[in-house]
Amino acid sequence: MSAALRPDPARLDPRRLRALLAKELTQILRDPSTFLIALVLPLLLLFLFGYAVSLDTSRTRIALVLEDSGAAAQSLAQAYENSRYFDVALLRASAPAKELMVEDRSRGIVVIPQDFSRRLARGTAPVVQVITDGSQPNTAGFVAAYAKGVLGDWAAARRPALARALAGTVTARPRFWYNPGLESRNFLVPGAIAIVMTMIGTLLTALVVAREWERGTMEAMIATPMTMAEFVLSKVVPYFLLALAAMAMCTVLAVTLFGVPFRGSVLALALVSSAFLLPALGLGLFVSTVTRNQFVASQIALLASFLPTFLLSGFLYEISSMPAWIRAITFLVPARYLIPPLQTIFLVGDVWPMFWRDSAIMAGFGVGFFMLSLRATRRSLD
Amino acid sequence: MRRIAAMIVKEALAIVRDPKSRTILVIPPLVQLFVFSFATTLDVTHADVGVWARSQGAASTDLVARVAASPNFRHVLSISSPAQLRHAIDRQTVIAALVIGPGFDRDVAAHRPAEVGVVLDGRRSNAAQIVAGYLTAIAASVGTASRIGTPAAGAVVTNWFNPALSYIWFTLPSLIAIIVSVSGVAITSQSIARERELGTFDQLLVSPLRIHEILIGKTVPPMLSGLFNATLFLAIATTVFAVPFKGSLLLLYLALFIYLLALVGIGLFVSALSMTQQQAFLGSFVATVPILLLSGYSSPIENMPGFLQTLTCIDPARYFLVIVQGEFLKAMPVAAVLDQLWPLALIALATLGAAARLFRARMG
Amino acid sequence: MNGAPPPPLAEARGIAKRFRGAHAPALADVAIRIAPGAVTGLVGPDGAGKTTLIRILCGLLRADAGELCVLGGAPAAARAAIGYMPQRFGLYEDLTVAENLDLYAALRMLPRAEREDTYRRLLAFTDLAGFRTRRAGQLSGGMKQKLGLACALVSTPRLLLLDEPGVGVDPISRRELWAMVTALTAQGIGVLWSTAYLDEAEKCDRVCLLDRGRVLHDGPPAELTRRVAGRVVGLAGLGGQAMRGAMRRARDADGVVDATIAAGSLRLLLREGAVAQSPGALGLGTRAGFEPVAARFEDAYVERLGGGARGDSALAASYRTIPESDRPAIAAAGLTKRYGDFTAARDMAFTIARGEIFGLIGPNGAGKSTTFRMLCGLTAASAGSGTVAGHDLRRAAAQARASLGYMAQKFSLYGDLSVAQNLAFFAGAYGLDRRAARRAIGEMIEIFEFAPVLGQNAGLLPLGFKQRLALACAVMHQPPVLFLDEPTSGVDPLMRREFWSHINGLVEKGVAVLVTTHFMEEAEYCDRVSLIYRAEQIASGAPAELKATAAALSGRASAGMEEAFVLLIEDSDRRRAAEPAAA
Repeated sequence: MSAALRPDPARLDPRRLRALLAKELTQILRDPSTFLIALVLPLLLLFLFGYAVSLDTSRTRIALVLEDSGAAAQSLAQAYENSRYFDVALLRASAPAKELMVEDRSRGIVVIPQDFSRRLARGTAPVVQVITDGSQPNTAGFVAAYAKGVLGDWAAARRPALARALAGTVTARPRFWYNPGLESRNFLVPGAIAIVMTMIGTLLTALVVAREWERGTMEAMIATPMTMAEFVLSKVVPYFLLALAAMAMCTVLAVTLFGVPFRGSVLALALVSSAFLLPALGLGLFVSTVTRNQFVASQIALLASFLPTFLLSGFLYEISSMPAWIRAITFLVPARYLIPPLQTIFLVGDVWPMFWRDSAIMAGFGVGFFMLSLRATRRSLD
Repeated sequence: MRRIAAMIVKEALAIVRDPKSRTILVIPPLVQLFVFSFATTLDVTHADVGVWARSQGAASTDLVARVAASPNFRHVLSISSPAQLRHAIDRQTVIAALVIGPGFDRDVAAHRPAEVGVVLDGRRSNAAQIVAGYLTAIAASVGTASRIGTPAAGAVVTNWFNPALSYIWFTLPSLIAIIVSVSGVAITSQSIARERELGTFDQLLVSPLRIHEILIGKTVPPMLSGLFNATLFLAIATTVFAVPFKGSLLLLYLALFIYLLALVGIGLFVSALSMTQQQAFLGSFVATVPILLLSGYSSPIENMPGFLQTLTCIDPARYFLVIVQGEFLKAMPVAAVLDQLWPLALIALATLGAAARLFRARMG
Repeated sequence: MNGAPPPPLAEARGIAKRFRGAHAPALADVAIRIAPGAVTGLVGPDGAGKTTLIRILCGLLRADAGELCVLGGAPAAARAAIGYMPQRFGLYEDLTVAENLDLYAALRMLPRAEREDTYRRLLAFTDLAGFRTRRAGQLSGGMKQKLGLACALVSTPRLLLLDEPGVGVDPISRRELWAMVTALTAQGIGVLWSTAYLDEAEKCDRVCLLDRGRVLHDGPPAELTRRVAGRVVGLAGLGGQAMRGAMRRARDADGVVDATIAAGSLRLLLREGAVAQSPGALGLGTRAGFEPVAARFEDAYVERLGGGARGDSALAASYRTIPESDRPAIAAAGLTKRYGDFTAARDMAFTIARGEIFGLIGPNGAGKSTTFRMLCGLTAASAGSGTVAGHDLRRAAAQARASLGYMAQKFSLYGDLSVAQNLAFFAGAYGLDRRAARRAIGEMIEIFEFAPVLGQNAGLLPLGFKQRLALACAVMHQPPVLFLDEPTSGVDPLMRREFWSHINGLVEKGVAVLVTTHFMEEAEYCDRVSLIYRAEQIASGAPAELKATAAALSGRASAGMEEAFVLLIEDSDRRRAAEPAAA
C-alpha cells in the first residue's frame, strides 16, 4: 500500500523541479532570517573566532611577592617584570597576593623568599615558590612553565659557567609546520566554516521543511503529481548553494581580512564542502520530516548537528584525548571528516588521498540520511 | 500580585506539562554536560607521534624509550625518510615527529649541547604546542644523568585550588554558566514567539494583565529551567565527578539568580524583535554565540585584543563564570563576589528595561 | 440525457480508518459516490470525519479497510486529474498570487503555452486579476480562498475536492465561490464540497451526512428535508428582546425540536405528531398565530442529529445582574486606524448600551477586525476615542480590559495546559481572590460539564469543548462587556445554537456584546448591526431596518439578512462608481 501512495518516487520532471526551485529561491530571498543566518552569522563567527578565541597566550597577570630585598632578588624580580609573558603586580607580603588570586585578579604567584639572596651567596640553591591558580588548569600550566623559564634564563645569565655545564643537556627544537607562528586563528577559520555550513545545511533546512508541515502547504503539495524526489531536490539544491555561498564568503574574508593562508585549490575546497553538505542536508530533512514541528526540529537539530560539529569534530578539542566512548561517537560525526581536510586546504595544500577518503565517508553518511528521510516521508500523514 | 501569581503558575505549568518541553528541558543539558565534560579537554593524551632516529646509540635509544613510555602518547610510529615524515604529518597520522640527527649520540657522549628536532602539525596548533612541551621535557630528562653540579636556583610549583590541575574541575563549574545561558536565552525568546504564533498572546493582552506582569511571568520558565539545570549540574559535578565545592551555596544561587535575570532580558529582547519562531530561534542563536565566546570560557579574556576586552564587560557570562569557578574551588569571599555581582545586576537591569521598553513600543 | 446515470468519478465502500492512539475510529464503514457534473456535499458535526474522508479520497491517507476507486484506480495514480483544496488553502504566503499560480501550474503539468490563457481565465473568474503581484499572505480571507481554488483548478481537474472552503469567509465571497464551482460542474467536473453551512449543503445535488465516522444520510438533500416537511412553523412580528425570550422558552417547550430566529421571525421545528402551541403558551402576546413555513435542510439536519440546544442558559442563571448605568457599555467616536497611507478603518462611531448585542458584519478585509481590535485595546487607534464600561481605552486601558471578556477568532487558550489549569490561570489573570476564583471555577465546571475532561490538555479537546472553554474563560470574572470575534467560525449548527443560547441569556442579565460574524443568521440575533465595507460603516441599525433599506434598493421584499448584506454592498459599489462621474 505504501507503494501506492507514491508510485514512482524517483521520477523527475524537469519542469516541475524548476518550478519548485524557483519557489524555494523566492522564499529564501524574502525571509529576513535567511539573511541573518547566511550573512550575519558567518561574519559574527569569523570576527569572534578571529579575535576573541585566541588560544595563544599573551601576558598573564601574576603577583610577585618579593620577601627579600637583596640585590639578587631584586634582579630576579626585574627579570619577571621584563618578561613578555607576565603582567606583574609587585607585593611585599603573600597574604594580599593570595587575595588577588581568590578574587580572580591574578593567575599565579611567584614568591622570592627572604633567604633567596643569602642562600645564593652561600652557594646553596635558593628556591623560588611558584603558585598557580589551578581553577584554570590550562593557564596554570602556562604560568608554571613560563615562571620556571624566566628563572632558568635569569640563572643562566648570572652563572655563565654553570650555564655552560648545563648546556650538556639535550634540548628539543620544535618546528611547527604549516603554521610556524602558531596563529590559532588559522585553524579556527575552518571551524567557523564548518559551523556555518551546519547551521544552513541542517538547522535552516530542518526549519523550512517543518514549516511546510506546520502551515499545511505540505498537504497541498503532496496532493499534486509532484514526486518525492522532486520535493527533496527542491529543498536540497537551494540550501546547498546557499551554504556554499556562505562558505565562499567565509573563505574570502578569512583570506583577505584575517590573512589566513589558502594553500590548497578551490576545487578541493568545493569537493569536501559539497561532500559535507550531503549529510548536513540529509539530517535536516530527516529531523524535520520526523518532527514536523519547528520548535522540536530546531532543538533536535541543534543537539544532533551543531553541538557535535562544535565539540566532537576536533576543531577545538583534540579527539585523541577524549575517552574511548566519546571517540567512538566522533566517528559518527560528519564534521569530523570535514575539519582535517579544511585545515589542510588552508594551511598545507592539496592532499588528495585524504580528501577523497573523507569525502567518500561523508557522502556515505549523506546517502544514509536521505534514505531515512525518504522512508519517513512515506509514512507521511498517517 | 494575584495576577502575577497566576501568570507564574501558568508559565511553570506550561513547561512542566508538555512532554516535549520537559524532554527539551532535561535531555539536551544532560547530554551537553557529559559530552562537554569529557570532550572539552585541552589536555593532550593518547596522541600519536613519529620518531625518525638517524642515530642508534644509547642516548637515542633512551630517548625513544622514554617517548614510548610517556602516558601522553599512544602509538609511536617509526619513520625512516623525509617523504615518510611529510606523509605522516600531512595525513595527520601523527601530530608530531621527533627527528634525532646522526650526530646526536656523539654529542651527548661528548657532553656537547645536543639537539633533537621536533616537527609538529601546525594545523592543530594548540594540541601541537602542548605536545611540543611534553617532548621538550622528555628530551631534557635524557640529559639529567649527565648533569653536573647544582642548579643555580630551583623553583617549586604548587597549584592551588586544583593541585592535580584536573581539567574537569575547571570544565564542570564553567558548564553551569555556559549551558544555563544557552537554554535561558532560547527558552525565553521561544515562549513569546510561540504564544504569538498560536494567538494566545492577544488573549493575554486583552486580559487585565499589564505588560510588566506578562513580562514577569515570562521570566519564570527560563529561571526555573536554569535553576533546575544548575542544581542538577551541581549535584552531578560534586558526586559523579567529585569536584570539590568549597564556597557558599547561598552566594552561588544569589549570583545565579541575577545571571538568569540578565539572560532572560536578552531573551525577551530577541523575542520582542522576532515575529516567528524561526526568527526567534535564529536570533537567540546569534545572540548566544558572542555571549559564550566572549565569556572567557573558551579562551582567556586577557588574550583578546583591547577593544574586545572592553566589549566583554557587557557579557553577563563573564562575571558569572568568575563567581561559579570561585565558589566551587576558591571559596571566594562575599566582597569579591559582590565585585562581580554589581556589574551583573546592572546588565540585568539594562536588558530587562530595554526589553520592557521595546515591548511597550511594539504593542502601542 | 440518456437516462442511465453516468458512472461515478469516485466511489468508496466500507472505508474504515482509525488513527494510532485514538479511542474511536475516525471512519467506520463509510460509502460515498461522487458523480460527474454534480456537487456532492459533505456535512456533519465537528470531528465527524469529513477531512479524513477527503484526505483518503485524494490519496494523502490510506484507509485501513474498504474499497476505493478514484478515476478508475488508486487515488495516487489519478493525482494529476484531482484538484484538492485543503482547509488552509495550501498557499505560500510569501509568494505572490502569480508565483503561487506558476508553482501549481508547473506541478500539475500545465503546458507553458496554455499558461497565460489559463491564468487570465482563472484570475478573471476569481476576480483577482488586479492582485497578480500581491503576496498571498496579504490577501483577505476570501481572496485567499479564491486563490486556493484557482490553484486547485489550474489544470482543469476531473474531480475537485474542497475541504470547508467557506470557513471564515464572508457571504459575498461564499456566493461567488459557489457560483464558480457550479459553473465547473456544467463542464462535467465532479465536486466534493465539505461545509458547515447548511444552506450550501441544501443546494448540493447530493449530500453525505457524517456523524462520528458513520454515514447518517446519503442522497439528495431534499430527501432528508422531506422528513420534517410540515413541521416547521414561524411567528413574525416580534423584535429583539421579546423574540429572544420567546425562542428561549420555545426551546425548552415540549414538542419543539428546535427554535431559531430566521428572517425576522421565530421559527420552530415541531416533534413528529406535535401540534403548534398557541403563542400564549410561550408567554407571547396573542396578536398573531403560527404560520406554516417551508422546511429547510438545516431543520432535518438538526433533527437527525438529535435536536437543538436547550433554551435556558445555566451560565446566564448564575451570572450577576449587570447594574443599570447611564454610561454606554461600549462607545466608539471617530475611531480611525491608518497604516502609512492605507486607512484600515475610518471614523467608526457607535454606542452599545447595557444588555444590547451589536454586530459588526462585512466582507473580509473591510475593517471589522481592525475596529474590533481597537475597541478591545489590541491595536492603538490613530484617531478618535473609545470607551469600554466608561473607561477610556487610552487613559484607563487596564480598567477597560478588566471589564471585558474576549473570545478570539480561532482557539487561543493554552493547548498544553489542562482544562482546569486554563480556568485557574484566567481566574488569576482577572485578579479574582482565592474564594471568588474557586467559586467561579466550580461554576464553570458545572455549567459547561467539564468534569470528565478537567485533566485533559485543552488543545486535544473536541472543537465543541474548546469553544465552551473559550467562552468560560472569557466570562469567569462576570464582565459587563463581551467581545466575540467570529466566535462560531467553522462550528457546526448544533454547537452554534448552544453558544447563542448562552449569549442571549447573558444579554438578558444586562451584558453588552460586540460580535463580528460571517453567519448572517447570527446577525439576526443582534439588536443592531453595522455593515462595514471599505473601512467605513455603510449601514447601521436593527437587522429589520437593514433589510428594509435593502428591500427598498432592490424593489422587492428581501427575505434574509444575507441578501440584504449583498444588496447593500452592491449599492455602495454603485454609488462609489457614480461619485467621480458626479463630481
